[in-house]
Amino acid sequence: MKPFPQAAREALADPILRANLRAATDTIRAKRAGAVAEVEDWEELREAGRAIKADVLANLERYLLAFEAAATTAGATVHWASDANEANDIVVGIARSHAVEEVVKVKSLTTDEIELTAALEAAGVSAVETDFAELILQLDGDWSSHILVPAIHRNRTEIRDLFRRTIADGTLGDEPAELAEASRRFLRERFLRARMAVSGANFAVAETGTICVVESEGNGRMCTTLPPVLVSVVGIEKLIPTFADLEVYLQLLPRSSTGERMNPYTSLWTGVTPGDGPQELHVVLLDNGRTRVLADPAGREALHCIRCSACLNVCPVYSRTGGHAYGSVYPGPIGAILTPQLIGIENAATLPFASSLCGACYEVCPVKIDIPKVLLHLRAKAVEAGGKPGERAAMAALAWVFGGGGRFLAASRAGRILQRPLSRRGLIRRLPPPLSAWTQSRDMRPLARRSFREWWGRRR
Amino acid sequence: MRVALFITCIGDAVRPEVGRSTTAVLERLGHEVVFPAEQTCCGQMHFNSGHRAEGERLARRFGEIFGEFEVIVSPSSSCVGTMREHQPALEGRLYELSELLVNRLAVTDVGAAFPHRVAYHPTCHSLRVTRVGDAPLRLLEAVDGLELVDLPAATECCGFGGTFALKNADTSTAMVIDKCAAIAASGASVVTAVDSSCLLQIGGRLSREGSPVRALHLAEILAGER
Repeated sequence: MKPFPQAAREALADPILRANLRAATDTIRAKRAGAVAEVEDWEELREAGRAIKADVLANLERYLLAFEAAATTAGATVHWASDANEANDIVVGIARSHAVEEVVKVKSLTTDEIELTAALEAAGVSAVETDFAELILQLDGDWSSHILVPAIHRNRTEIRDLFRRTIADGTLGDEPAELAEASRRFLRERFLRARMAVSGANFAVAETGTICVVESEGNGRMCTTLPPVLVSVVGIEKLIPTFADLEVYLQLLPRSSTGERMNPYTSLWTGVTPGDGPQELHVVLLDNGRTRVLADPAGREALHCIRCSACLNVCPVYSRTGGHAYGSVYPGPIGAILTPQLIGIENAATLPFASSLCGACYEVCPVKIDIPKVLLHLRAKAVEAGGKPGERAAMAALAWVFGGGGRFLAASRAGRILQRPLSRRGLIRRLPPPLSAWTQSRDMRPLARRSFREWWGRRR
Repeated sequence: MRVALFITCIGDAVRPEVGRSTTAVLERLGHEVVFPAEQTCCGQMHFNSGHRAEGERLARRFGEIFGEFEVIVSPSSSCVGTMREHQPALEGRLYELSELLVNRLAVTDVGAAFPHRVAYHPTCHSLRVTRVGDAPLRLLEAVDGLELVDLPAATECCGFGGTFALKNADTSTAMVIDKCAAIAASGASVVTAVDSSCLLQIGGRLSREGSPVRALHLAEILAGER
């Protein structure tokens, strides 16, 4: 994974990307604020959302076994996958057993996480993304930069040009209705001929064995009702104890994600029903690093996430760099705490530092994940895992200087002598590395000619 | 009232005017200011950069130096927030300057005059960690001659974030450029806040852009004589 500062620098250099992102995040942010302000008991709902997830994580084994029993009773086949390879093998095996060459896909981060599409392609099965934005990315060989709005970094002119090259003719315009119609014509054929669909899950109800997917376009409803075989890949943290708990999350999620009171499509399915919908349902329960996250009491609240993406839209870092800089299907503040825990801090050591700790993410999180706190926890782990030797030495030296009032005064005095050749008219415009990172774009105030403690000492 | 002043490392070495102004405001209101000479840094930079052991050592040191005082004030919301978390024994005794004035001393008019157009930038930690609320605004509104102007997208981070400003300098810069554009759009001649650290970032960028707008700490405005 490319270090975040470097990936961010490249993204920041793209003015179209920045304009696309800024316009989109500003719009969603305002919409969310309005939708949330309408709910009088929002804070109580958030607390309920947090508490239910905390209970699930504390009793995960019990809820997983309950889910397996209920889903099996209802006619589903439940599979357990400890990592991406196991999950992909299970799904490929199901496709092979039915000799299908094409599957339709509901938008799903979990299947992106395990790179299921590539695994299916390798087995000769083409997987068609049916969400509008995911289709755009698939047609262009691009990848998601936002949890909810995967093609947020693209504008409609770019999409028109792409569709003209791929699924429509040269007369296509860039009106949203025209673009939607082009994708609808393309996808309808695939929905009707598909014999197998793959979905993720927003929620999986332990009590009843029910799976729930919320969406806006109806493509998910097509996938989960038309093909005779349905496979749902479910991260083990997606469980909720009871059907009634959906009441909390179906209020929290749409208002936090799209800023809507209710999302257009909420699909719920429990096992199979003879003569109606898929006649074969497979549920793949996926670990893929989640139990490792669970083992860390200070980091596990990252698993509370319901993938609303509110934290992305309010994040001053994400809204400027976009999602690709985070190098994972989970971008933004939640990605900065989830990815390093899922794949190991040594493999994503710069992500916990990709935040100014402004706290806007925690403020909007519908399940109250204290993202800044987890970021600090992960920063400490990154430093413990090695960190940068130069920084360690500098921090140790500073800690020593801060160990006494006299030492601090002596260091200030020494600094004043050292800064003399750099300071002009009360400003420093150029500093040597690593402080040049500051002066590349900002002037620095030099150490004061007389520090506060010196002033205080003379005053008395 | 006897008030122990925590000046912060940046306030001591780089922006002593902020401490002098804080002292002037409190003394004008008839309070006694004391400065425990052994104080240095609260440890926030170490905590926020992942150097937890050093941070904890500095926080403990802070607790030992300030533990004996009934009222402690600091012109920095982020240092106050860090100490509230890591030195809970100081609960109820540790205040950010505007909190002390408005919430504890029940003063909004500190007898100041400052005839300028001022934009107030609510720093992230004052807003979301220390939660000073509208205390700084109430103080500014009571300053003679001061015209408070609206800052667009006021609650958005300036991009400082401690070592973030160095480690992610490009992103930090993109953030402060937007902040400075908002300040320019506000028509203010002075931008103020309750954290010297954020003001170094904003002021440093304003200066680099050749902007005439000055970045001053709230205490410096409140110290303005009538």
